[in-house]
Amino acid sequence: MPSEPTGKVVDLPVRARNADTKTAASDVIIDIRNLGLTFQTADAPVVALSNINLAIHAGEFVSLIGPSGCGKTTLMRIVADLEQPTEGTATVNNVSPREARLKRAYGYIFQAAALYPWRNVQRNVELPHEIMGVPKEEREAKARRYLELVGLKGFEKKFPWQLSGGMQQRVSIARALSFDPQLLLMDEPFGALDEITRDRMNEELLQIWEKTRKTVIFVTHSIDEAVLLSTKIVVMSARPGRIIDVIDSTLPPSRTLETRETPAALELAHRVREGLKAGHSYD
Amino acid sequence: MGAVFGFMSPKGRVLPIVAVVAVIILLWYALAVGLNHQRVSDMLSDSNPDYTFGDLVKAAWTMERPVLPAPDQIAVDLWKSTATLKVTSKRSLVYHAYITASATLVGFAFGALLGVLLAAGIVHVRTLDRSLMPWIIASQTVPILAIAPMIIVVLGNVGVTGLIPKAIISMYLCFFPVAIGMVKGLRSPDPLQMDLMRTYNASQWQVFWKLRVPASIPFLFASLKVAIAISLVGAIVGELPSGALAGLGARMLSGSYYGQTVQIWSALFMAAILGMAMVYVIAGIEWATLRRTGART
Repeated sequence: MPSEPTGKVVDLPVRARNADTKTAASDVIIDIRNLGLTFQTADAPVVALSNINLAIHAGEFVSLIGPSGCGKTTLMRIVADLEQPTEGTATVNNVSPREARLKRAYGYIFQAAALYPWRNVQRNVELPHEIMGVPKEEREAKARRYLELVGLKGFEKKFPWQLSGGMQQRVSIARALSFDPQLLLMDEPFGALDEITRDRMNEELLQIWEKTRKTVIFVTHSIDEAVLLSTKIVVMSARPGRIIDVIDSTLPPSRTLETRETPAALELAHRVREGLKAGHSYD
Repeated sequence: MGAVFGFMSPKGRVLPIVAVVAVIILLWYALAVGLNHQRVSDMLSDSNPDYTFGDLVKAAWTMERPVLPAPDQIAVDLWKSTATLKVTSKRSLVYHAYITASATLVGFAFGALLGVLLAAGIVHVRTLDRSLMPWIIASQTVPILAIAPMIIVVLGNVGVTGLIPKAIISMYLCFFPVAIGMVKGLRSPDPLQMDLMRTYNASQWQVFWKLRVPASIPFLFASLKVAIAISLVGAIVGELPSGALAGLGARMLSGSYYGQTVQIWSALFMAAILGMAMVYVIAGIEWATLRRTGART
């Protein structure tokens, strides 16, 4: 857990409010025990997840990395109460995922931006607030503020199709941040973007995370991305999906893209790669 | 015009359209000669046995009761029965078109509403999906020509005549495409868009109004265009068995009683113009709606 850069937390009441309730690194936000999920299919049951144990603390940035089909998205969907486990338990903020969802405890960022094409950028960000019954003026102000945070000031009246893929994904990040959930669930949010855009998005995400220090679960395919962003990297293997290695990052809390080329980062990347190799079965 | 009504802007399509119309008109004139020449030659050989081909063609295009009237005859009759008569006159096609259009629009309004309500029910209630859908489909396999007279007679017996029975037939026809299109449209949001709503703990009502309904709008308009066209057909069919005195259907029927083929054809054209106008009005509303919600126009 990186130390608290109090000086950097400026002009965001977000942080102040969180500070009242949860700050201590020992606060377990997500607790997953002996979790498993088996899908019943027509020919044979498919074990998507098996014997998963994982604890995530407040303020951690946890990456789930693994090959396609290793169940990392499924695991996150269980935390979000979008899937139900068949074995074991998961708790979010000490309650069941379902109760956490009903309390709107998390913001979910999907692989695609999932913007509503008939709403302009501003009104897309306002959507969660409309559903939560936030008064018009307040939600407009929030949407504007968070669009500014993700660098989209001036694009409020544009419609999704007028934006590039990277900008669309930034809108979806603003939308998830804007109602101030303590927990962000990010499912390969930059997977569909080109390398250059992805780098820039990583940089911006680092800055946003430094400002807000939300707890983040981040699903990715990219070793670089996981190393650069995470305070903890969870390496998973496929069929059945299980956890191979949990790596605590040795990188300094304040990072830039160049941090990826430091010896510590390269060493981390190596360990992740070894873990992925170990989890890969060649049968 | 192009800027205001983009949905009907020509954008270089004028020439092809004119060319197609010209070809149709030419073929029509040829067909008129082909279909009318038998009767014309009988007539001509009585009065003037030495008639030329030119005489025959001229006579075929100017018959009083032709098998197939020439386009200019229809055009003249259309003009006479619309522009030169008071719109309240019983011989004015505008009057008849108004009678038919009002039944069409009432039937369309209720049919579209019924279609949307059925679709909303089917999308939300599984048992309705199973139980209603077969009936909805079955309702459309019954020929409307068989059902229309029964509706007219049954309602006539209880004293309901005029607009209502015709509107009911229109409604019967046009709820179907709206229901089918809206079921598709209300189910069109992708899983991600639905999951997003779930993460916000949105109620079914909110999912309906903020996701399903806006997503279904393009489907709705496509269905409405089909619906209003068949709604017009329904109203006209409703006028045929009722012995109605007014309406485009009545006009066609009286034309066929008295062999007034030109009158039938001009009523037909009036119906086509009316149908096109109504479809275009819907296209205009669609265009304005979709533009306001950010569609690429």
